[in-house]
Amino acid sequence: MKLTAILSSTAFGLVMTATAHAQEVTIYCDDIGFGCKTMAPVAERFNEEHPGKTVKLETVSYQTVVEALPVQLESGEGPDAAIITDLGGLSRYYVDLTPYVDAANFEKEFGQTLQWLRGTDGKSKAINGMPTSLTVNGAYVNLTLFEQAGVPVPEEGATWDEWAEAARKVAEATNTEFPMEMDRSGHRFASFAISHGAELVDEEGNPVVDDGLHAAIDKFVEWHKNGTMPLDLWGAVGGSTHRELFEDFLNANVVFYFGGSWTLSRMDTEVGDLFEWAVVDTPCGPSSCTAMPGGGALVGFKHTPNPELVGEYIDYVAQPENYKEIIAAAVEIPAATSLIEEGVDYPTASERTQVALRTFMDQIPKMAPAAYRFQGWRYQRAMMNALTTRISQVINDELTAEAALERIRQDVELAIQAAEAK
Amino acid sequence: MRAAAIFSRALAALPARAIEPVMRGAQNILGIKRMPWVFLFPNLAAVLFFSLLPVFINIFYSATGSDRLYPADRPYVGAANYETLFECGSYLDPSTCSRDLFWRALGNTLIFVPVQVAAMIGIALFTAICLNRDIRGRGFFRGIFFFPVMLSPVVVALTWQWILQRNGALNGLLTALGLTPVNWLVFPNSAFFWSVFVTVWAHMGFFTIILLAGLQSIPRDVYEAAKMDAANPWRVFTRITLPMLKPTLLVVFILCVIRSVQTFDELYVLTGGGPGSATILIVQYIYEIGFAIQPRNFGLAAAASLLLGAVLLVFTLIQLRLARGKSYD
Repeated sequence: MKLTAILSSTAFGLVMTATAHAQEVTIYCDDIGFGCKTMAPVAERFNEEHPGKTVKLETVSYQTVVEALPVQLESGEGPDAAIITDLGGLSRYYVDLTPYVDAANFEKEFGQTLQWLRGTDGKSKAINGMPTSLTVNGAYVNLTLFEQAGVPVPEEGATWDEWAEAARKVAEATNTEFPMEMDRSGHRFASFAISHGAELVDEEGNPVVDDGLHAAIDKFVEWHKNGTMPLDLWGAVGGSTHRELFEDFLNANVVFYFGGSWTLSRMDTEVGDLFEWAVVDTPCGPSSCTAMPGGGALVGFKHTPNPELVGEYIDYVAQPENYKEIIAAAVEIPAATSLIEEGVDYPTASERTQVALRTFMDQIPKMAPAAYRFQGWRYQRAMMNALTTRISQVINDELTAEAALERIRQDVELAIQAAEAK
Repeated sequence: MRAAAIFSRALAALPARAIEPVMRGAQNILGIKRMPWVFLFPNLAAVLFFSLLPVFINIFYSATGSDRLYPADRPYVGAANYETLFECGSYLDPSTCSRDLFWRALGNTLIFVPVQVAAMIGIALFTAICLNRDIRGRGFFRGIFFFPVMLSPVVVALTWQWILQRNGALNGLLTALGLTPVNWLVFPNSAFFWSVFVTVWAHMGFFTIILLAGLQSIPRDVYEAAKMDAANPWRVFTRITLPMLKPTLLVVFILCVIRSVQTFDELYVLTGGGPGSATILIVQYIYEIGFAIQPRNFGLAAAASLLLGAVLLVFTLIQLRLARGKSYD
């Protein structure tokens, strides 16, 4: 009896000691591209190779990451780490992982995008996380419709106007519902605006509402009025609501769709050989031919009791072989310089999709500095929300373009003022 | 068996016995007249904690700035948030206001609520009267009309979006009939109509059931007497049904107004407040300012919600005034 008691208490003590030393971190990620699903095999391997340490991937919706996570973080709650897309906006919640990762390798591989995670602190050298993948917005074109219409596909360097003209001809000849569509997203509109000379944000981080933005809004509204673009997206929806109608492109209801690289994987699964399509070079405006960069990052948060485990895991994911494995499974554009140069094989993607991915990657060097600056700006979301809300109002004749510009300026300034109130 | 019964009785009596000294002590201290407060305390505490405390927190947030959540991190800004909301060139023209969307949302809400409440009560009453008749399949129809109430608002909105969108079911039907399809959610007036329609469709069943219960509580002999007096159906409706249904109608009216002002989920998913700002209602505006956009402006959202609260308070007082002193037997 005595022996049993001694053995039991020893076993209990051992279990308690092991529990006290066991570390676990929870990571929020969605299931799109570089997310929980594609990261799971690497996380499992990490757990096997690191006894006593557990990385738990928790699949959440993109909406949760965008809307609920910031509130959790503000109240000091939430996961230890997450894959987020508002890189600059959440910067004050990040933990500096420099002591736990190979900092030199991070700087070498993710240099420019690391800056996006540092928010307004231009002098910071902190490593707050790992950019997971780059996204590039861009245009999908239905080549079959062009062929049927006998209209030549505009070549590299073609302007937005030339694309609109060609798409209109094709739609008319083939009785396609609409020539062009663009996601209802401030991010997508930003590339159009920057191509037309808009700055959106200056070097000092102040919002800019200029003639370039005015020109872009005028043209964009005109295309909605003359039927080049449908009213369903930017016309029918209000507020800051994000809306996509990529199904229109998948169903060959539109000639030219301006979306992004993240929908590429749907082309193989949902279109296959039903029609010929391609991703084309970003159309040019009077100022540049820029797309907008974007992407996610795997970041650790300040409130985590296990920053070293978060750092250790992120460093593990950043190892070339692990990172390459996830990128290939996600069919996304890598954020690591070496992988961009070397190229990635995507075994699950068709040849056409791989060509499209290369086209997206080819847009990266052409991106305007304003596009990078806007992407890393802490108040980017405030500007994007103002753009979607106000442009929809102009399309619906609630505001003139001039009034919309004034409103955009006011909206962003009010957001900055509210955020920086002392 | 007997022992078990004794034990169970003792167990049942235990809490009463245990609490008796406490209650006696409380009565000695407070006096017998104040004892009801002791019994009311648990519910009062819940109301204070979950209803009144958030109001005070909201007042605090409306007088502070920053996108930080913790009160200690939020600087005092006085009435700045209210000033921002009221900064207008002309109160008759929302586009001259600094926060034009707040005024547009308020204006939309002031149109939406009476239209939706009138439609809701009218259709629910008509349906309840039909379902109160001795028709074949009455139980089935009662179930059918109540069914949408059980659906999640998001499901309702997505279903109707699928029906109303450009290539939706309704346009499919129109095309099959050789008619021209219409882009229902693209034009402000039709989007507003469908917003009212969808919310009425979704909630009508709930009010129909309440009204049906009210109709069934009207004594049959009153109708029989009217029949003997050869009263026509319209006279029966206006002189018997409607007056005797008034208490139920008042309850339905109050519930309906409250629900109508709170409308958010269905329209947020169905139209997102568009086209432009044609269907944005005040709750959506508050949600977007406080939670959907970055950086979050909790102060402005709190100020807007308090102003909405003030408007609702006025309406509630008017309703209470109208309802006071009336009894229907």
